[in-house]
Amino acid sequence: MFITWSIIQSALELGVIYALVALALFLSYSMLNVCDLSTDGCFTLGCAVGSVVAIAGHPILALFAAMGACMLSGFVTAFLQTRLGVESLLAGIIVNTGLYTVNILIMGKSTLSLNSTETVFTMMKSALSGTPLVDYYKLIVGLLFTAVVLVLLLQFLNTRLGLSIRATGDNADMVKSSSINPAFTTTVGLCISGAITGLGGCLLGEYQKSCDINMGSGMVTIALASLIIGETLVGNRGTIPLRAVGVVLGSCLYRVIVAIALRFNLPASALKLVSALIVAVAIASPQIKKLIDFQQKKMALSGRSFYRLMTLFLAILTVGCVVWAVLLPVSRALAVLLAVLCLAAAVWFALADRKVRGGKVC
Amino acid sequence: MLKLTNVSKTFNPGTVNQKTALDRVSLDVPDGDFITIIGSNGAGKSTLFNAICGGFYIDEGLVALDGENITYKPEYERARYLGHLFQDPMKGTAPNMTIEENLAVAYLRASKGRHSFLSRVSAKEREMFREHLAMLNMGLEDRMKNPVGLLSGGQRQALTLLMATIVTPKLLLLDEHTAALDPGTAEKVLDLTKRIVAERNITCLMVTHNMHQALELGNRTLMMDSGHVVFDVSGPERAKMTVEDLLEKFSVGTGKEFDNDRILLSTVQESGPEGKK
Repeated sequence: MFITWSIIQSALELGVIYALVALALFLSYSMLNVCDLSTDGCFTLGCAVGSVVAIAGHPILALFAAMGACMLSGFVTAFLQTRLGVESLLAGIIVNTGLYTVNILIMGKSTLSLNSTETVFTMMKSALSGTPLVDYYKLIVGLLFTAVVLVLLLQFLNTRLGLSIRATGDNADMVKSSSINPAFTTTVGLCISGAITGLGGCLLGEYQKSCDINMGSGMVTIALASLIIGETLVGNRGTIPLRAVGVVLGSCLYRVIVAIALRFNLPASALKLVSALIVAVAIASPQIKKLIDFQQKKMALSGRSFYRLMTLFLAILTVGCVVWAVLLPVSRALAVLLAVLCLAAAVWFALADRKVRGGKVC
Repeated sequence: MLKLTNVSKTFNPGTVNQKTALDRVSLDVPDGDFITIIGSNGAGKSTLFNAICGGFYIDEGLVALDGENITYKPEYERARYLGHLFQDPMKGTAPNMTIEENLAVAYLRASKGRHSFLSRVSAKEREMFREHLAMLNMGLEDRMKNPVGLLSGGQRQALTLLMATIVTPKLLLLDEHTAALDPGTAEKVLDLTKRIVAERNITCLMVTHNMHQALELGNRTLMMDSGHVVFDVSGPERAKMTVEDLLEKFSVGTGKEFDNDRILLSTVQESGPEGKK
């Protein structure tokens, strides 16, 4: 079978673990309006600290140690941007760079293996042995942690401090004039989001029984992609709890998409490009729509239609992709994917064209 | 209440853009005063407000509130005692948060100590927010779960006024807070302001570009120019003053013509507050 339940299951397992990082960005990016670029290093830091402590024989303490270490890293990022006047993006990049050395120091080498180490996953497995749930022990651990973090995060966002953090991202002036120090709320927010990222890193390390110095690279983009998919699922007018649940679903959906892509023999290294495209297109989409509308208006002056031109262009592309899929033996899956995307876009433009012409005599 | 002593502020010192926005300004505001402030463009009105609320630290001088020296207190600490409204209605509220959440953040001023940081909005407070909103007569009490971004500029400014006064401030700073609203809404917001200030006897400073308003409202009028207070009138002398007298005083005080277009326009047309900057 093309997609089996076990493929979906392992995608969901990864999905709920990576959902923690997406939730961390939900706090720092969506709520606090800070793009925390230290996420990559912070994720590895969580995994490194967690793995070292787990190898020492304390799998549960490992989670708290990872969270503590990453909270500290979040604090440094926040301190740089709120007290020392470093641009927030730059503060993240600086901390990220520094964390590479810190992570190597903690790990002692560039990879750690947890193969014979007790982890929260193996603990759950032995706790569930004999019950019918034992096959799902990994999923259960992931779900448990994500659910707890989700509930606590939502509770927190409703407290006065949580409201102030949201207000800081929404309108910092208003927070100041409500007697709250935005530097304080930013610091608290980044510490918490760091801790959640670290928990995600630690869990992933225990899940895949290894820790690698490069495991965090591209994590910001991947988590942002999950976040965007999630927020698109529920629509941005949704309430906070709905959006947060959407983020978790987005992360799971992202992993399912990845699993499907891998079944199409897409190399694993292509996934980062796909994530980058998702994030870029999603964030650029309002501007793209504006540009398209503007072109349409401009061309309509001389009686032409940009929509029809694009329909034609995309239709030719679709045909091209189909020809490629049929005749060329390379990357057929990619060709099919492109053909479907082009066709969808072509249909969209054709419909838009019809709508524009609807009211006119031509 | 509020006492400014020789307050000076220079922007971009040592460059070609050097500008002395406040030049040894001293001002004594007794409890319960409602002062209107007028002045030409760049006279230092907003700078004066920023010096008081802590938008920046002043170069020289002292700012004292209720006998306490607040010259080097950060803005967010002063905010506990100050209410500040800006011309731009978007500035005072968080658009993606609900009306209730905005009020809850503003109400944080009432809380003492950090322990209350992790508490949530109680039913009692919600009821109190509701009563306050009802006083605005805008139907906002039934929309407490709506994001503020859906409200009109006038509604947002009324909400900002409510947020600034929900914990009675020692001093209310109004920086042309009705200037960006249409005349009808502006009047409504102004009436609200008058009512709240009078009911709770709040000491208030208000910048306005409308000369009639400057003489009608409050009990004292200041005129500023190039970082100085050029004219300060209250009591019977102010009671019999006309707009022409004010303009006359300005030319005498500064030796030049008044150059705030909007003030002159509003003088000529005798219309209410109007137009955006």
